[in-house]
Amino acid sequence: MTSPSPNALHWNRLHPLTPVVRTGRFLSVLLVGLALSYGRGHTDNTAALYELVVAGVLLPVGVIRWLVTRWALDGVTLRIESGLLRRDSRQLSLARIQAVDVVRPFLARLFGLSELRIRLAGAGSANGRLAYLPHQVATDLRARLLATHHGIDPDTPEPAENVVATVPPGRLVGSVFLSGATTFVPSAILLLVLVQVSSTAAVIVGSAFATYLVGFVQGVWRRISSAYGFAVADAPDGIRIRRGLLGTVAETIPAHRVQAVRLIEPLVWRPLRWCRLEVDVAGAAGREERSGRTATSTKALLPVGSYEVARQLVAMVIRGPEPETAPPPPRTRLKAPFSYHFLQAGHNDVLVMAVTGRVRRTTTWIPMVKAQSIRRIQGPWQRRLGLATVHLDAAGKRVRAEFRDRSVDEADTLMDDLTSLSRAARRHEETTAATTAGPSSAGQSPAPGWFSDPSGRHQIRYWDGVVWTNHVRDHDVASVDPLAAT
Amino acid sequence: MTTDSPGASPWLSPSPRLWKMRCLEAGLIGALVALIAGLAVAQAGTVPGLIAAGVAVVLTGVALRFLRNRFRSWAYQERDEDLVVKRGVAFRRLSVVPYGRMQFVDVTAGPIERLFKLSTIKLHTAAAASDARIPGLEQQEAARLRNQLASLGEAKAAGL
Repeated sequence: MTSPSPNALHWNRLHPLTPVVRTGRFLSVLLVGLALSYGRGHTDNTAALYELVVAGVLLPVGVIRWLVTRWALDGVTLRIESGLLRRDSRQLSLARIQAVDVVRPFLARLFGLSELRIRLAGAGSANGRLAYLPHQVATDLRARLLATHHGIDPDTPEPAENVVATVPPGRLVGSVFLSGATTFVPSAILLLVLVQVSSTAAVIVGSAFATYLVGFVQGVWRRISSAYGFAVADAPDGIRIRRGLLGTVAETIPAHRVQAVRLIEPLVWRPLRWCRLEVDVAGAAGREERSGRTATSTKALLPVGSYEVARQLVAMVIRGPEPETAPPPPRTRLKAPFSYHFLQAGHNDVLVMAVTGRVRRTTTWIPMVKAQSIRRIQGPWQRRLGLATVHLDAAGKRVRAEFRDRSVDEADTLMDDLTSLSRAARRHEETTAATTAGPSSAGQSPAPGWFSDPSGRHQIRYWDGVVWTNHVRDHDVASVDPLAAT
Repeated sequence: MTTDSPGASPWLSPSPRLWKMRCLEAGLIGALVALIAGLAVAQAGTVPGLIAAGVAVVLTGVALRFLRNRFRSWAYQERDEDLVVKRGVAFRRLSVVPYGRMQFVDVTAGPIERLFKLSTIKLHTAAAASDARIPGLEQQEAARLRNQLASLGEAKAAGL
């Protein structure tokens, strides 16, 4: 625990090279553009002048931004202040961390710098970005944040990890080309056929094909560069993912923050018994950030890998017995003749598991405690056959486990069971959280004192050793404000 | 349908004024389509024009019948722990949204809804698919429900 005294806050700055890296990323784009225009023979000096002016404006702006940005770790909150005209003061409650990422774009890597992204979730919460910090500082801070999040001594060094799976470059490239081939080959054949038939059509289709090819190559490059050198590891503070070719990303997701796990087996990969594993995490940072509802992001836990390794990873993430699954009643064959053999679903007290899809076979696991809503849908065809589909939704877009085409009786029981089981799971989590709540969010209760206000409305709030009191202070002015349930 | 626990609150429906509103909307659109279709086909003669307009009117009637069923299908129930919303004719949907999962509640009223003194209430959870939307609530009922949901949501809020 850091000192509870409000005046002892130790404010830190970002690395002095931050403005250079920030503008540098932009400048490199400009330079490429400039080089291209020179390459075309436009030796026009106004373009160069224009870009110099842009750089001349951007750099001081970056310096000012750097000057007004500071951060401090204050017990259980990370505070980030930024902005010259519109002052933005963020208090990130570490108990609400969903994931912590260390992002290193190529240019930052050259200077030994890193960006730290902290994903939080919940209504009205903000995400934190610290760009850029020296790499060592970023990793140390990540260790402190995660230790505080788990309610242990923040000075605990980052725990050792156990690498569970890596993706060899050859397999990655192969998988990307294999899935790319499903769209590439048919369009190439179409082009070849058209060339035989008519030359004018071939010209039109050929130019369209060229545009498509540019996008295709970009997509392939993005997929390879973002997942290059992929390694996933299991550590006491969460699941760690490392990936990237030029720019690297290191993500840490506390295991209890996983909203859903998905195992995807595309048709073209199936002969090789390859599959892809994804997890959904609440909270988004950077460009993904949107106002309003909680943003969620999908992360690859394994971009491509063998079925056995994927199952091993699933067991690592869900940490519990898997439910027994059962197929829907045989009359479903009339409604879904092709996918009937793949439909499976089941649940136990803590987990829901469902398999759907013929071409893209998808297996979804959702912890009962993460259920956001439960829905029952019955189409006209299903009504005639006495079937219904039950969805268990988790946070995110289209994140759900589907009990597709179950008999009406089963669907009705499912609605009741899932409702009460998810409620019981939530209750259980709440009671375990309540007994360990407090400034360090878990573990033993800290001594009474002034701590940063968990509601974020005030600077500090008094903790009497058991619960938060109504006494708050802002710049040494005392007042009373009850801490509402958050 | 889910079995009602003893002492469960009753199923409530949107205001009957929602049906009047749907009639007005369908009537306006139907009249417009009939007019345009009639005028467009009238280039070919008066009789085809009248037939086209007639077809549009009949289609409006069919649409109204569908809307009537749809209006009747809406129902909601406030249970101890969750809100249940039922809707749909061809595709029947039943959503259960626990109060603790609500992130915010939206009450909206478009210009036509305001004319009929109605509002639509929508519950948002972290899942985009949770469609708990109730249209055509009388304004007092919407305000009551919103306050009720907001206080229940705060009391039972659960972390992600």
